[in-house]
Amino acid sequence: MAIFINSESKVIVQGMTGSEGTKHTRRMLASGTKVVGGVTPGKGGQSVEIDGQQLPVFNTVAEAITATGANVSVVFVPPKFAKAAVIDAIDAKMPLVVVITEGIPVHDSAYFYAYSLQKGTTQIIGPNCPGLISPEQSNVGIIPADITKRGPIGLVSKSGTLTYQMMYELRDIGFSTAVGIGGDPVIGTTHIDCLKAFQDDPETTAIVMIGEIGGDAEERAAAFIAEYVTKPVVGYVAGFTAPEGKTMGHAGAIVSGSSGTAQAKKDALEAAGVKVGQTPSETARLMRAILGR
Amino acid sequence: MDLFEYQARDLFEKHGVPVLAGAVATTDAEAFTAASAIGGKVVVKAQVKVGGRGKAGGVKLAVDANDAKEKAGAILGMDIKGHTVYKVMIAQAAPIVDEYYMSILLDRSNRTFLVMASVAGGMDIEEVAHTAPEKLAKVPVTAVDGISLAKAKEIVAQAKFPADIADQVADVLVTLWETFQSEDATLVEINPLVKTEDGRIIALDGKVTLDDNADFRQPTHEALVDHDSANALEAAAKEKGLNYVKLDNGQVGIIGNGAGLVMSTLDVVAYAGEKFGGMRPANFLDIGGGASAQVMADGLSIILGDPDVKSVFVNVFGGITACDAVASGIVQALELLGTKATKPIVVRLDGNNVVEGRAILSAANHPLVEQAETMDGAASRAAELAAK
Repeated sequence: MAIFINSESKVIVQGMTGSEGTKHTRRMLASGTKVVGGVTPGKGGQSVEIDGQQLPVFNTVAEAITATGANVSVVFVPPKFAKAAVIDAIDAKMPLVVVITEGIPVHDSAYFYAYSLQKGTTQIIGPNCPGLISPEQSNVGIIPADITKRGPIGLVSKSGTLTYQMMYELRDIGFSTAVGIGGDPVIGTTHIDCLKAFQDDPETTAIVMIGEIGGDAEERAAAFIAEYVTKPVVGYVAGFTAPEGKTMGHAGAIVSGSSGTAQAKKDALEAAGVKVGQTPSETARLMRAILGR
Repeated sequence: MDLFEYQARDLFEKHGVPVLAGAVATTDAEAFTAASAIGGKVVVKAQVKVGGRGKAGGVKLAVDANDAKEKAGAILGMDIKGHTVYKVMIAQAAPIVDEYYMSILLDRSNRTFLVMASVAGGMDIEEVAHTAPEKLAKVPVTAVDGISLAKAKEIVAQAKFPADIADQVADVLVTLWETFQSEDATLVEINPLVKTEDGRIIALDGKVTLDDNADFRQPTHEALVDHDSANALEAAAKEKGLNYVKLDNGQVGIIGNGAGLVMSTLDVVAYAGEKFGGMRPANFLDIGGGASAQVMADGLSIILGDPDVKSVFVNVFGGITACDAVASGIVQALELLGTKATKPIVVRLDGNNVVEGRAILSAANHPLVEQAETMDGAASRAAELAAK
């Protein structure tokens, strides 16, 4: 099992002909992902050779689906063209669209998120995220595949590098799926969506949830955990030292007035019975204690 | 980016939101000129990005241009809650009979836009939301649907605006949506929206927050950046394209890769610093995935240029980036900086090619650089060095 992606996932890369797209297509293929093609408007009919493999390029996501049976799209196109790319994927009823691109205007993200809700056939992960990996099965995005192996832990995080750090800390135990949901103010898949999927995934026995300042997603996730999640959850929240009113790298990482603070998030998680680590290492130790390893 | 009131007024005017005549002044002489051009009574308003300026004496009525000059002279240079007043807005005075509230904002929790409107205006809207929620209409609006005139009329009715002004208020809401959408704003707020004695509906004061991610398609926004109040280190970092935030009361300079890891690094340093007399992080600096020698050198030079910094903690997890490339970057950066590098630097590398990375730093054997095995250990050592 695992969540959202597995060894059966067939992936197309929107923006595969760009330098980032090509680079990460190579990495995804090398880690065993079934990449079946790419989409670049105006370049349909061409193909891209990656490590001896010819990958077809299509003008639209709909054409790519018809020709390849793809069920996941990963988006590497620049911010300026990201909205059109995601809408193309939604119009094609692509079931899962993973948007890696950082720096998309929030009016565009809010638009394609609202559009996906209206159409009702596409789940978006991101934007501004590292993607997700089900180790030894499929790797969609930019998460390094060689940090860890397949195992029982589910991980959901707003941050890419903290995802890598936590996978590294617990590399000997392994992960069912690690999902980087992204650091933007509007994202398609939330902590709650991942918590629900991990709860329902038989391969996952315990969950790490990483949050950061800004918004109230962690507080909502805490309420959801209390109500729905019976598997053990450990948490970590970044940004205790962040000053009010300053954006800390991620567009969504900002404390506004008294809302969005790390302390409030930690308190909410602890009230829901989640053990929250003070550092990433301590969080990893809490997980080890739970799993007895 | 949060805008000043006068900038918000200008954007409102550009998109047809009704405003009164107004102009910005940075000297009392400019205030005189502006007040003369407007004519009659004017209001002199301190331009600061913080609430409560009225109570602090930052808003004064002036009877004529000479009076405006005098009032502006008194307000310019004032300190309002730690914000120095570099500019005043000279605004036409208007006899007001009623005050309302209207805003459109990004509602992160619900991942949509939200209109808030109330006939109880002129006060803190959070207070209204808290004490009299029935007086505040909150209506979600999606980016796909937007606000048509029909939708605006619906919202105005829901907020119970009086019938005689409902159409005018709906028109304002449509133009406010136009401002919100075409300027890539995440907040447009009119508080108060007023009815004047002659029955006009006017945006008397406004707040606008713009989305920095949209700068590439908003060429006019660059001119709205406030350079006067910018921190010198932050300005220098921005020029070099670095993602840097200066923090108060810190001694440990921080460089890391990835926003989440850097935020976490600040926390871990503050936590470790408790044992060393309360050492704290001096900045946020995310050098991103690439971490080339030049970026590392730029980052280090900004941090070493901060007089508050006593030690530096470089915390890198090699994901896609390989640690040997990062280590080479650090060595080359120190060569580039030469004698300008004067403070101890604790480096923690982990992840991709960590053995090679650590070997490069060991071989370089730079007198200022020491390595630590773990993030927690490195944070503790950097705090200890800062406390020396």
